[in-house]
Amino acid sequence: MYTQAMDTMGKEGGDGKKPVRSAEDLLLEQRFDARIDDGDFIEAKDWMPEHYRKTLLRQISQHAHSEIVGMLPEGNWISRAPTLKRKAILLAKVQDEAGHGLYLYSAAETLGTSRDQMLHALHTGKAKYSSIFNYPTLSWADMGTIGWLVDGAAIMNQVPICRCSYAPYARAMIRICREESFHQRQGYEALLTMMSKGTEAQKAMVQDAVNRWWWPSIMMFGPPDDQSPNSAQSMRWGIKRISNDELRQKFIDATVEQAKILGVSLPDPDLKWNEARQAHDHGAIDWSEFWRVIGGDGPCNRERLGARVKAWDDGAWVREAALAHAAKEAAKTRQDIAA
Amino acid sequence: MDNPKEPTAATPAAEWPLWEIFVRSRAGLDHKHCGSLHAADPKMAIQLARDVYTRRQEGSSIWVVRSDQIVASDPGDKGMYFDPMEDKVYRHPTFYQLPDAVDHM
Repeated sequence: MYTQAMDTMGKEGGDGKKPVRSAEDLLLEQRFDARIDDGDFIEAKDWMPEHYRKTLLRQISQHAHSEIVGMLPEGNWISRAPTLKRKAILLAKVQDEAGHGLYLYSAAETLGTSRDQMLHALHTGKAKYSSIFNYPTLSWADMGTIGWLVDGAAIMNQVPICRCSYAPYARAMIRICREESFHQRQGYEALLTMMSKGTEAQKAMVQDAVNRWWWPSIMMFGPPDDQSPNSAQSMRWGIKRISNDELRQKFIDATVEQAKILGVSLPDPDLKWNEARQAHDHGAIDWSEFWRVIGGDGPCNRERLGARVKAWDDGAWVREAALAHAAKEAAKTRQDIAA
Repeated sequence: MDNPKEPTAATPAAEWPLWEIFVRSRAGLDHKHCGSLHAADPKMAIQLARDVYTRRQEGSSIWVVRSDQIVASDPGDKGMYFDPMEDKVYRHPTFYQLPDAVDHM
């Protein structure tokens, strides 16, 4: 998992203004643009416009936060998984999310911000994470549905980022995407098992989970193109490759078929095939809900952030003890050498 | 590597230092850089590297190096350093045209 089109800066009142630039900066920026046009990758120590750096830092750190917060809704179910096999699978998946968070924090650190600074931004509510994790996981079917829909949407979002112009991010994404497809497949398979071998109550549980996760999942692609003020610049810089609406459409078209095979319906009465467009039309998305959840007022925002802050605070003594131990060992080694 | 320096200004005092991780995927191949992570000491860096970078048998050996111990060429010198090799095509075997009969040489 789990990136979300996070180009919400316009709404967050971010730094849209262009600063005054010197002639030298202008020349450097022209060279930078030329490299982007040539399809060249930008490495950590290369010159880059300040706005490029900021945009990437925000996107990568928020992506990292999403991976880490994303462990919480699923972590709830590790001890409640119905079989040992499902428990092992869920554990592996949640561990992957932790790993993905770490790859991404490392990539973001290459832009000159420390890990602690990023975590501070998360813990104080300054940095965002994907809105999807502010919804509760009420039943076991939610685990399968998250794998199928939420990871599915994330993969759709993430594959184009493997070609991001910023190389450390692109490399992290290649690694993540390689590990990600297991997440979606295990979810779908878990649902398929319940739909093909389950009781009526279990089938109803799957349908209920799909009903609850469908709209939040398609919101993961971010606001419609005409309301994404920073998309054009991100496209120009090769940070973003495919627009929000285009990715959303791709996801919906792929998912409709999968829902049929699974035997569930998708909770959108206006969802139907459009022969002329060769794509599915869908009903209106409630963007006020999206902005409400991003803004901090979703069903679980306080609980999720509270859990992260508690983990950080409770772990403080471990971090300090490990450093103290390392310093002591290093001092001992120095003494041995001196003796 | 066994002797971590005091935290530099770039690393806040309370933050575990950063390590670069190199993994050998299997015997016979070289160690390849695969990413970085924070750890308090070398032993912990290797343990964490196993969990972060080899969850699917990607490795049979791990090297860890403190990031602040790596000396790198200056990206600003890239052109000056590497472009002079561009016109030395005679360093490649394909530069030499030989008769078909001996061209497998």
